[in-house]
Amino acid sequence: MSEKNAIRISDVDKVFNEERDDEVIALSNINLDIKEGEFVSLIGPSGCGKSTLLRLIGDLLEPTQGSVEVFGKSAHQARIDQDYGMVFQHAGLFDWRRVAANIELPLELHGWSKSDRATRSQEMLDLVKLPDFGGYYPRQLSGGMQQRVSIARALSFKPKLLLMDEPFGALDEMTREHMQIELLRIWEETGTTVVFVTHSIPEAAFLSNRVVVLSPRPGRVHSVIDVDLGQRTESTREDPSFFGAATEIREALRAVEEQE
Amino acid sequence: MNLNTFKSRVSVLWPPIAVGIGILALWEGAVILFEIREFLLPKPSSIWGELRENWEVLRHAGWETGKISLGGLAIGIFAGVLFAFFATLFRFLNEGLTPLAVAVNATPIVALAPIFNAWFGVTGSVSNQLVVATVVFFPVFINTAKGLTEVHVNEIELMRSYAAGDWTILREVRIPNALPFFANALRLVAPLSVIAAIVAEYFGGPQDRVGNVITSNAGLARYDVAWAAIAVASAFGLSLFIGALLIERVSTPWKSAVQLEETTKK
Ligand SMILES: Nc1ncnc2c1ncn2[C@@H]1O[C@H](COP(=O)(O)OP(=O)(O)O)[C@@H](O)[C@H]1O
Ligand SMILES: [Mg+2]
Repeated sequence: MSEKNAIRISDVDKVFNEERDDEVIALSNINLDIKEGEFVSLIGPSGCGKSTLLRLIGDLLEPTQGSVEVFGKSAHQARIDQDYGMVFQHAGLFDWRRVAANIELPLELHGWSKSDRATRSQEMLDLVKLPDFGGYYPRQLSGGMQQRVSIARALSFKPKLLLMDEPFGALDEMTREHMQIELLRIWEETGTTVVFVTHSIPEAAFLSNRVVVLSPRPGRVHSVIDVDLGQRTESTREDPSFFGAATEIREALRAVEEQE
Repeated sequence: MNLNTFKSRVSVLWPPIAVGIGILALWEGAVILFEIREFLLPKPSSIWGELRENWEVLRHAGWETGKISLGGLAIGIFAGVLFAFFATLFRFLNEGLTPLAVAVNATPIVALAPIFNAWFGVTGSVSNQLVVATVVFFPVFINTAKGLTEVHVNEIELMRSYAAGDWTILREVRIPNALPFFANALRLVAPLSVIAAIVAEYFGGPQDRVGNVITSNAGLARYDVAWAAIAVASAFGLSLFIGALLIERVSTPWKSAVQLEETTKK
């Protein structure tokens, strides 16, 4: 992890439907710096603005107040420079493209040659352990496999920043734990920065360098918890240090609830 | 693999064919057994006889009606798709037009045929083609507009995260997303176009078309000829339907791809 900032969020407010009856203050006074190569999770009760914050970083929304800088430039410039890979809970694979063609879509849009695309999509399929599935249609794959393809697609062009919104939310517990290990492996191999939205305490504890706990109405940063579990394996889930991190996150979330 | 797909095709096809033949046989038998009068219900065999006897007239009528169906189909599909694109580009248009179209689509549009005759003349084929086109337009428009606009918000966000603009999103997401919706509409309107053409012809126009052959022969109590004309129209409607199915198969191959076995999951 470098000491350089990947993301700098300064004094950000986000208001939806401003000055209308259905006005919602989704985020208020958010300040957050994320270092290059860091794995940061956003956690908090539903509706506290996790997805909104992720979309502000990804320039899918604009802040009402304040600024979002990504790699020293505006979030908009970072999007135009194709610095982002995104993964959502809904795998969002295009039914009409075969698996390999789905992974190649961002490469196509970025003007890669056909042979480079084919080489890269095969590399990515190997990376997510689906080497033989390039020729299938997404519908033919299980939910877990689809989500791995979605991650492969997000990583195919080596984005400097990976934005994930509850990517494993729709998976069963065993698949989910398996995917977490894979994600950490890929994160270590690629050195990319990850912002990861979740509402699962164990997931946040297991994956993150830092966990940002948000409180709702309006969304604010309640606390930031450092986690250091070192090299994570399946047995880390039974390690006291893991329980310690999970407990710390749980207590912060309790404090958030009591605030209300 | 190939043998298997062939076998599965055959296994899908033979039951309806067997049932169809069975029904024809029952029909034939019932007419003979219960001595049903030919003007009430002719035997399939006498319909077949009339079909062969009047083949030249019926073939010509089928051809003329076919041109009306196909012409109306072409106009209706073209206009439906065109309006669907407009509705996608201008949101207010979509919000206003789609509910209206759904409402109009629920009305018996063919009932407009006499009015179209008054507007566009009863001698040519324009009036009837426009009736068919109007019937075809609404399902095509409604379905295609739905396919172009009902895209998961995450899919649009994903494209934007790749710095893709609206045109790229239209090309890469909206249009392919609309293909199955369009194919669905096509399957619906292909046989509908033949029905609309014939019903429109009932309201007058040149006498050499299926609709008029049916009305005039029924009027002369030559019911078996009328039935033969109905058979010609049915065959034509069925082939349009099969054509639409083929187009659907070819244009949306991912729809027919089979789910993998559970065991291949990891
Ligand atoms: N496009 C939008 N328009 C209006 N309100 C929105 C919009 N997106 C989110 N919100 C509101 O902002 C708040 C935060 O939403 P969100 O970021 O989705 O929360 P989370 O992801 O933490 O569950 C919620 O109250 C939600 O209703
Ligand atoms: Mg959310």
